[in-house]
Amino acid sequence: MSLAKRIIPCLDVDNGRVVKGVKFVDIRDAGDPVEVARRYDKEGADEITFLDITASSDDRDTIVHVVEHVAEEVFIPLTVGGGIRKLEDVRTMLNAGADKVAINTAAVFNPDFVKEASDRVGSQCIVVAIDAKQISADGEPLRWEIFTHGGRKPTGLDAVEWARKMVEYGAGEILLTSMDRDGTRMGFDIALTHTIAEAVSVPVIASGGVGNLEHLAEGVLQGMADAVLAASIFHFAEFSVHDAKAYMAGRGIEVRL
Amino acid sequence: MSMIAVVDYGMGNLRSVDKALEHVAQSGQHVHITSKAEDIVSADRVVFPGQGAARDCMRELTERHLIEPVLQAAREKPFLGICMGLQVLMSRSEENDGVDCMGLYQGEVRFFGKELNKDQSIEPLKIPHMGWNNVTQTISHPLWHGIKQGSRFYFVHSYYVDPVNEAIVAGETSYDIVFTSAVACDNVFAVQFHPEKSAVDGLQLLKNFTLWDGQ
Repeated sequence: MSLAKRIIPCLDVDNGRVVKGVKFVDIRDAGDPVEVARRYDKEGADEITFLDITASSDDRDTIVHVVEHVAEEVFIPLTVGGGIRKLEDVRTMLNAGADKVAINTAAVFNPDFVKEASDRVGSQCIVVAIDAKQISADGEPLRWEIFTHGGRKPTGLDAVEWARKMVEYGAGEILLTSMDRDGTRMGFDIALTHTIAEAVSVPVIASGGVGNLEHLAEGVLQGMADAVLAASIFHFAEFSVHDAKAYMAGRGIEVRL
Repeated sequence: MSMIAVVDYGMGNLRSVDKALEHVAQSGQHVHITSKAEDIVSADRVVFPGQGAARDCMRELTERHLIEPVLQAAREKPFLGICMGLQVLMSRSEENDGVDCMGLYQGEVRFFGKELNKDQSIEPLKIPHMGWNNVTQTISHPLWHGIKQGSRFYFVHSYYVDPVNEAIVAGETSYDIVFTSAVACDNVFAVQFHPEKSAVDGLQLLKNFTLWDGQ
């Protein structure tokens, strides 16, 4: 009897379709987001995250409609990220039926935006998404840096310091993606996950690299993550969310079954 | 036509509450998001949600002249408080250096951080308390109908209510400490978790509310 570790399927949405790329290239179509969300809900997902990767801002309305439709029939927490740059974007998503928004690049360019948003809608609605890459060489003490633009642009920001700063600014949760692992199916960057989870007082969602069910368990047991996020292993029906939960329960992890 | 009023005071995501209620409402029931005192007074049932900081909630309620109508509804008709809508029913909250609340029930709203993480030998617990946790039903109540003992509901909060009168406790949850996660008294039922985001069991609770006569 205690708080369950969460399993969060993530849907990368491009122009209203679910896609999943390997290291942000080779994008494969994985279906209609409303249908996919419905399936995850039935399988027992604890939350669902939508990342809008639509390149053109003109097509942003598509994700709003997706969220509206999903929120009409799926009654679990919904998070939306991608292109959240101003307070109006936050409000639009919450009004469409999202419970939380994930702020990524905009936080890097304007940290005060996180403060402003959490002041206005409450920290519980604000997730700060952090994309980190290891920059220390072999044998050096581990260090990670924040990257933007899908892992292409370094920012000079240290990941641990940045995570702490974002919590101070009002982030209610950290969505932590390893850019070294994202799309590789090699498992989470456990050292990164553990380091950030220990450094901040708010829940940390581990992301990037899940290729099998043991990886999910590792994120919790070794990475100390409060929640684990995965995309491709669920999209192509390799494993259901229920399979993942049953596996984690078998590893002694408290889950909602 | 009977009306379920969802009180809008600018705090929190009413859209979710509205959609979930629409999903379970009985035929002839109409769900209406409103910030008008007369709607709250004339509604058949009132849902009082809320998110954010206690200070902001109390300020918005005061500025919109909603304290009296909400209290009146809580005295006379089926009334469901959710999250902050439970907390502001108490006398006072520790949040924002102390905020006087509506005072329907005696008791404080306390911060988790004071009690949590005293034991340095174990991994510290995170605040907010966020995610799916078990609710132990401490009384039988029409709103628990069809929901299994110990079912999990979705929580997201950093403060919890500590009512003076233990007789109003309807549910308890453990997060290092055991805290009150549901309160029931006469025609009022109020919960710390989010039934509108708690999948099947949450919808069942909301459906029970749409059928409840407040007895």
